Amino acid sequence: MPSEKRRGGNIYMKQILTIAILLIGTMLINHAQAEDMLNGAGATFPYPIYSAWANEYNKVTGVKLNYQSIGSGGGIKQITERTVDFGASDKPLTSEELAKGNLLQFPAVIGGVVPVVNVAGIKAGELRLDSETVCKIYLEEIKKWSDPTIKALNPKLKLPDSDITVVHRSDGSGTTAIFTDYLSGVCPAWKEKVGTGTSVSWPTGIGGKGNEGVANYVQQQANSIGYVEFAYAKQNNLAYTLLKNHEGEFVEPTFESFADAAASANFDPKRDFYLWLNDAPGKKSWPIAGATFILLAKEKKDSNMKVVKFYDWAFKNGDTKAKELIYVPLPNVLKAKIEGYWKSNGIQ
Amino acid sequence: MSILRTCGKVCSLAISPKRKFPELIFLSLTAIASFSVIFFIIGIIIVLFKESSLAIGKFGIVDFLTSTVWNPVTGVFGAATTIYGTFVTTALALLFAIPTALGIAIFVTEIAPNFLKGPIGIAIELLAAIPSIIYGMWGLFTLAPIMSRYIEPALQNTFGKLPFLSVLFKGTPMGVDLLTASVILAIMIIPFTASIARDSFNLTPSVVKESAYAIGATQWEVVKNVVLPYSKLGVFGGVALSLGRALGETMAVAFVLGNNHKIATSLFDAASTITVTLANEFTEADSDLYLSSLYYLALVLFVMSFVILAISKFFLLKAERKYSR
Repeated sequence: MPSEKRRGGNIYMKQILTIAILLIGTMLINHAQAEDMLNGAGATFPYPIYSAWANEYNKVTGVKLNYQSIGSGGGIKQITERTVDFGASDKPLTSEELAKGNLLQFPAVIGGVVPVVNVAGIKAGELRLDSETVCKIYLEEIKKWSDPTIKALNPKLKLPDSDITVVHRSDGSGTTAIFTDYLSGVCPAWKEKVGTGTSVSWPTGIGGKGNEGVANYVQQQANSIGYVEFAYAKQNNLAYTLLKNHEGEFVEPTFESFADAAASANFDPKRDFYLWLNDAPGKKSWPIAGATFILLAKEKKDSNMKVVKFYDWAFKNGDTKAKELIYVPLPNVLKAKIEGYWKSNGIQ
Repeated sequence: MSILRTCGKVCSLAISPKRKFPELIFLSLTAIASFSVIFFIIGIIIVLFKESSLAIGKFGIVDFLTSTVWNPVTGVFGAATTIYGTFVTTALALLFAIPTALGIAIFVTEIAPNFLKGPIGIAIELLAAIPSIIYGMWGLFTLAPIMSRYIEPALQNTFGKLPFLSVLFKGTPMGVDLLTASVILAIMIIPFTASIARDSFNLTPSVVKESAYAIGATQWEVVKNVVLPYSKLGVFGGVALSLGRALGETMAVAFVLGNNHKIATSLFDAASTITVTLANEFTEADSDLYLSSLYYLALVLFVMSFVILAISKFFLLKAERKYSR
């Protein structure tokens, strides 16, 4: 009996040894591959498109890109501490902030924010709103759909005489930052009372967690209004509104109207592209949008060149994929500006 | 016989020097396992203190705990609203859960026919095995609409008209509020309370129960006068465990509480708990003070849980002493 037991123990030991050897082996292999690996971390919003691009890039070049969507705050922190090759943030940093962390910055893809409503009888693209009305609704100054200001914008629509339920994000998010920046820009009362931020102290309304939370509340709650990312509104066929833009035209949220906003906006390489895309000039521009940005450590030239190579490839080959996933690719004017920025910083 | 044999083994172990080495390894392994817990706790406290030092310095302790302002834009943070939300949801959840759980435990141990005991017991244990995020999603997509369409309007139309209670039922029922969150929390903690209560009910000696029945006691009287007094301690332990669970629960309530930093007086108001705030705002906290204040909130929750668990432990010990006498 005891000898049998001991034999059993030996078999066990052998198994453990084999597993250990295998583990060490895979670790060594991983280490060997680490040279062709790029590590990035940051914003959650562009995660699907970055990983889709990374997947295709890996097939073409063999370079692996590992992107962790830990949030913009985390992305800024990680690149400042130099634990990743690049950081990603939905919030642009000013040149002063970048200088402090010795960072470089360029936009990668555009995200738009779209107001969506749930009012009986009103379909997508029917309700017209302007910045002042949206602001007053979110400040609870306009309380009913039948309010004269909304009626004046929509003389042909039948609007119910019921209270507006305001829906906003409950979690901190770049979408909220873009939306509140838009309101702050076009509406002094908002700037004074609430301000811009990834999460703010909302004067009214209920909070939904994530785009799916907001969309869900808007769909469930009659007479509600919320704001979601463009991709989310499109995929779920939510009743988006038309918005009056900077030039006074009513526009529909489409790939083109976002791209127009990005093309006509004054992205300045000298200021490291620091810009919120809100209320952009141009007759066809959608007024609520923002770019999501890539942050690089200025002194790490080698890894920067690899990251730039990836984004250069993505800018040239990734537009179809981006549109497939309902991201708005950068307009060519802006891509050219970014290339100039890369060259002047000696990383391309 | 068997006792003797085990003693013989142990004794020979103690004596034989050959076996001392494995014994030593065994002992040190258990010691390491136990001490690592203490190290982790100390490590967590140190990190929480270090990370929250900025906020502690800026807002102090009393101001932070009593301030109802939570404004990331202006950088002013206070914990009162989230502490309030944590306490209210937990208290309401216990209020819903304890009677239900006791009912389940009594039914399963005393009333149900044997063929029902198994299925109900398994159902309770399955309920405990569901990950909390599933409760959250279910709450958002299923429970919240039911609450806002049927239950909450019904409550408003009945209790909402009573003179003092009306405060609790004010506002538009949205289904994203204290009530829905507490109901979900209650469903989550019922299995803990119920299975511990059931186990302690089962410990009541059947001789005592049978004698009670023999002198003509009804089922209700047996439960009230025999089973419950016998198992008070176990039930209390179960409640303490569920209390801890409810205090720290995040994902189940994150979807249905709205993360609103206000002192809510109505059950139909959105609110926020400490864990919900952390889960919602941590990833996109973009200033140092903001992040530090979130760590400070975590520290507050840590201390709160510690104090509450200490209090319940104290009562448990007191009760234990009383019973052993």
